[in-house]
Amino acid sequence: MADADVIPIGSGGRPGRGSGRRTTPSAAARALARPGASSKKKGRRIEAPAVEPLAEPIDAVPEVDAPVGAAPGPDFAGLEKVVRELFGADGERRVAEWLAFLRRRLTGDYEIDEFGYDPDLTDQVLLPMLRPLAEKWFRVEVRGVENIPADGGALIVANHSGTMPLDGLVTQLVVADHAHRPLRTLAADLVFQTPFVGELARKGGATLASNDDAERLLGHGDLVGVWPEGFKGIGKPFSERYKLQRFGRGGFVSAAMRTGVPIVPCSIVGAEEIYPLVGNIASLARLLGVPYIPITPFFPLLGPLGLIPLPSKWLIEFGEPVRTDDFPDGAADDPMLVFNVTDQVRETIQQTLYTLLMQRRSVFF
Amino acid sequence: MVTGVSRDAGARCARRLAEDPSIGTVLGVDVVPPRAELGRVRFVRADIRNPVIAKVIAAEDVDTVVHTGVVATPGSAGGRSSMKEINVIGTMQLLAACQKAPGVAKLVVKSSTTVYGAGPRDPALFTEEMAPRVIHQTGLSKDAVEVEGYVRGFARRRPDVCVTTLRMANWIGPTTDSPITRYFALPVVPTVLGYDARLQFLHEDDGVEAIHHATVHDLAGTFNLAGDGMLALSQAIRRLGRPTLRLPTFTASSTAAAVRRARLADFSPDQITFLTYGRGVDTTRMRTEFGFEPKYSTAEAFDDFRTALGAGAVTRAAGLLAAGLGAFRG
Repeated sequence: MADADVIPIGSGGRPGRGSGRRTTPSAAARALARPGASSKKKGRRIEAPAVEPLAEPIDAVPEVDAPVGAAPGPDFAGLEKVVRELFGADGERRVAEWLAFLRRRLTGDYEIDEFGYDPDLTDQVLLPMLRPLAEKWFRVEVRGVENIPADGGALIVANHSGTMPLDGLVTQLVVADHAHRPLRTLAADLVFQTPFVGELARKGGATLASNDDAERLLGHGDLVGVWPEGFKGIGKPFSERYKLQRFGRGGFVSAAMRTGVPIVPCSIVGAEEIYPLVGNIASLARLLGVPYIPITPFFPLLGPLGLIPLPSKWLIEFGEPVRTDDFPDGAADDPMLVFNVTDQVRETIQQTLYTLLMQRRSVFF
Repeated sequence: MVTGVSRDAGARCARRLAEDPSIGTVLGVDVVPPRAELGRVRFVRADIRNPVIAKVIAAEDVDTVVHTGVVATPGSAGGRSSMKEINVIGTMQLLAACQKAPGVAKLVVKSSTTVYGAGPRDPALFTEEMAPRVIHQTGLSKDAVEVEGYVRGFARRRPDVCVTTLRMANWIGPTTDSPITRYFALPVVPTVLGYDARLQFLHEDDGVEAIHHATVHDLAGTFNLAGDGMLALSQAIRRLGRPTLRLPTFTASSTAAAVRRARLADFSPDQITFLTYGRGVDTTRMRTEFGFEPKYSTAEAFDDFRTALGAGAVTRAAGLLAAGLGAFRG
């Protein structure tokens, strides 16, 4: 292993007092900075290479992987034992995975795709953070997972609601957990303008809601999620809950038609009640350049506490896929056909929403 | 004839072309004599901003013009106005001269992917047909857009000339000296808080090869050139092992000014937006129509650059820490 080669170089350069206390980088740096003072103390294997990390830093580069995370070696048998006692055999594996993950993150040793999707970060951090929210807080119940194709591209079209796009995040988690495929979401440009949000969205697999990006993803055989109502759906007043808004300009249908992938309608019940939108500070929203500033029964009245979503019970149902590959060539450029298919998908989602609402016993249970 | 040979990229392209036995004479043109050895290249001291260039083309009976004279760094050109002069007026004069020269049969222009700009409304990957979503008012980006505009005009007026425009991603490699390489060489790399740009690189060897490829083959059109894959800015800096300083957006321009005053690196506003939002280009056409396969992917090109750059502070600290742990162990 590479790290076995690294350690002797470093240890050869240490003055070797034997106290074993001075292990900080600065102490090591002091020791290395004046090798003459310590070179005679211990006639160990090599002295010249010991200075190398400072004199010729280039040599240290290939060893980047080794020092940061892989440092635990034979000496850490005690630590290993403690970890095993604390977390059990399974926990030990998880700790090891976490250390490996941490090492990859710190050294930049991971891959992102051309959209900026970072599968490593998404699977290890972003989705696990969402999981308790979806499973414990919203108690999401999923139906019709078998309608999501096991491979190849597909477009999941869902209703949008809830003031904050939590339904998008939860759907992404649900698809990852039940269909075992990453869901690539399409988001508004406002998301990518916003600091932190845009960065995380890209790393979590989102990209700009445009036909170019959608067709590129579908062409790669990815599973793409789209919420065609956009801000009209997410920011509609609570009184209009579960009434589908206009489905954009039907761009998602033409994208699916061009790539010949099925459209999976997805109905989400429960997201409307997480932040009941009772008002909108339109003037402030215009000033800030955002579509709306929500007023809910608890926000901004309770301040940050009002940001906690209400624990509504969620039902997510994936419907029968609508095939688009048997349309003739050029169908994507036929506006009438595109509108018809858009309406068909919209009606399916609306009907399923009503059915699910009938089945739901109450908002919170 | 190769323009802009006093800078590294131009000189390397000229040398590469001169090495090819199928090319007769390679003429290097620039205002100042090149720093690098040019080998078999014949250097002609001429200014492309001056109509004299037409006489050079006529006298030497030039049949192919390779325009690498677009400057990315205002510093090296002696200020922003001078840079614009070289880029825009130089290209205009050069193209005017080419238009009058019946012998010119081919024009290769080294452009840049900065013509696409950078912004939150960008698609993940730009294809050659897409127009930029944000138009930059300053910097290389605007120059490159104008240069390409003149090149298109020239192609319309002289349909007999084979015009190849190469939109190259940022060159990177051990010998490249550009704003982006200087940026990564900073001891502490400042980035924009809350954003992580997607970056694509083209290895300098691939860049030179691509120019050679375009010169020896007749491939008219505009092509995006970039290595495969992407790196996030944060990921690239982590691979360098350098500490990052994440600064909020509103301090970006003052930071850039401070860095410029300290003569560490040269930033223009369009580079700040590039390092905020990043940019990706689609390279399908590079393979299918242009028939060029870069040797290095983005990550490999960056690794090559990293090896030449040396370890950053974080790597060194980690190395010392490991050394310390090693000693602690025995």
